[in-house]
Amino acid sequence: MTRIPNHTRRRLLGAIAAAPLLGSAIGWAQQARPVSRAIPSSGEAIPLIGLGSWITFNVGNDRVARDACAEVMRAFFQAGGRLVDSSPMYGSAQDVIGYGLKKIGRPQDLFVADKVWISGGDEGRAQMKTSRRLWGVPRFDLMQVHNLLSWQAHLPTLFAMKAAGQLRYVGITTSHGRRHRDMEQIMTSQPIDFVQLTYNLFDREAEQRLLPLARERGIAVLANRPFQQGALLDRLGRRSLPPWAAEIDCTSWAQFALKFIVAHPAITCAIPATTRVDHVRENVGAAAGRLPDQAMRTRMAAFVAGR
Amino acid sequence: MSEWWTYGPRDLLLFSAQTYYRLFELYNLEWWPLHILALALGAAVLLLGRRGGERAGRAIAVILALCWLWVAWGFYWQRYASINLAAAYFAWAWGVQALLLLWLGGVRGRLASAPASRLQWRTGRVLLIFALLLFPLIAPLLGRSWTQAELFGMAPDPTALATLGVLLYAGARPAWALFPIPVAWCLISGITLWAMDAPDFAVVPLAALLAVLLAIGGAWAGARSRRSRR
Repeated sequence: MTRIPNHTRRRLLGAIAAAPLLGSAIGWAQQARPVSRAIPSSGEAIPLIGLGSWITFNVGNDRVARDACAEVMRAFFQAGGRLVDSSPMYGSAQDVIGYGLKKIGRPQDLFVADKVWISGGDEGRAQMKTSRRLWGVPRFDLMQVHNLLSWQAHLPTLFAMKAAGQLRYVGITTSHGRRHRDMEQIMTSQPIDFVQLTYNLFDREAEQRLLPLARERGIAVLANRPFQQGALLDRLGRRSLPPWAAEIDCTSWAQFALKFIVAHPAITCAIPATTRVDHVRENVGAAAGRLPDQAMRTRMAAFVAGR
Repeated sequence: MSEWWTYGPRDLLLFSAQTYYRLFELYNLEWWPLHILALALGAAVLLLGRRGGERAGRAIAVILALCWLWVAWGFYWQRYASINLAAAYFAWAWGVQALLLLWLGGVRGRLASAPASRLQWRTGRVLLIFALLLFPLIAPLLGRSWTQAELFGMAPDPTALATLGVLLYAGARPAWALFPIPVAWCLISGITLWAMDAPDFAVVPLAALLAVLLAIGGAWAGARSRRSRR
């Protein structure tokens, strides 16, 4: 079999993924690389699965744990992942990511997503400078206002930084289903590129207004808490994976949960976090193979709801 | 943070249980054999408490103050701060408690043994022995390594519990200013462990609650007996 170079394959898959996904279950053969989806504001495609760092990468000065995180990052990049997300709120996570990037080498196509989480515009600029130093990167790809904290102060700064080429995309975040009304208002009034919100098999409020609005306004969506910090997988793990999960190339509950998320046409990327190499491979694997169509997504949601 | 009241402890937990316990392991390995000195100081507190008297109370206060200072710097500032953004505030609070112990216990002699009741004295002693000897066993009993054991004078929970035990000795006229910080810490620790699904999450808060109830009971009984003598 002729091997397609990775960058070519990624572009090819990105182009495929940018096409409408719904209809019957997409039945291309299982791919070794994750499927990508286009960021609406630029057309740039990024893989459907990213890497979160909440809790998992906050390991402090523990050298052994830092090395383990670096191996998770290595496995993530080897599997075709690009987007890594963090925040100054996540304790030592940014520093641990910086350590990992230094240890394994920073991939050329790394997509750096970080957040500003502080009151006040001046403080925000100082915090982003510190964050960049901790990551050890020349610039951020995406900078998001964490939990909408001081968004009125930060967004003008971020737009100015984007205009100056100091970052490529501007976003806002929320989690746990909070402040959706505020997020909606910002999505309709500000020229943002990304939103990040909680969306998973059980937390689906975003489907009502935010996800349709994101499609309408051409805003990319990062889905956080895909496993509800593990609680969702604990809950699902009490039952066996249904045999029909094989129809969408699912081999685990984690893939089942992730495929449900990223098959939504408004979702650009889900960002599960993990401390394990086998889990990160499994997670990225969810973006390969067939994705569920709308009928299958409905079936998945009904199954986990016990209906 | 808007809508802060909608956030639960689990939403605010920044680290995993594995990382938290590993913190103690690395801390213990870094400072071994300082633990022997800590154990000796704990034994001294136990013996001085048994002996009683004003001088013993002052000595206990100085020992406890040193332990609180050490935990503030060695544990919170040097270790815990690497995974918990609030650890610096904890360090300052523990520093304040050390100063309070030095002032109220070391200078003003408010830790002299004067329990209002036998129950109070015994409970204070049990609490102290639990903090010194039994608390380090929790880690291995729950299947964790010995190297993750939490010792009096080194780790916050047993140090706070031992302090509350000592405060019960002075139950007839408790030094109330010495209660809030250890009690607050015991609650914070319990909430943290609960958020991590640790099976022993209730141990420290319940022990602190018992100490507070007995202290209040002792103060009330002491006031009543003083009134009846008049």
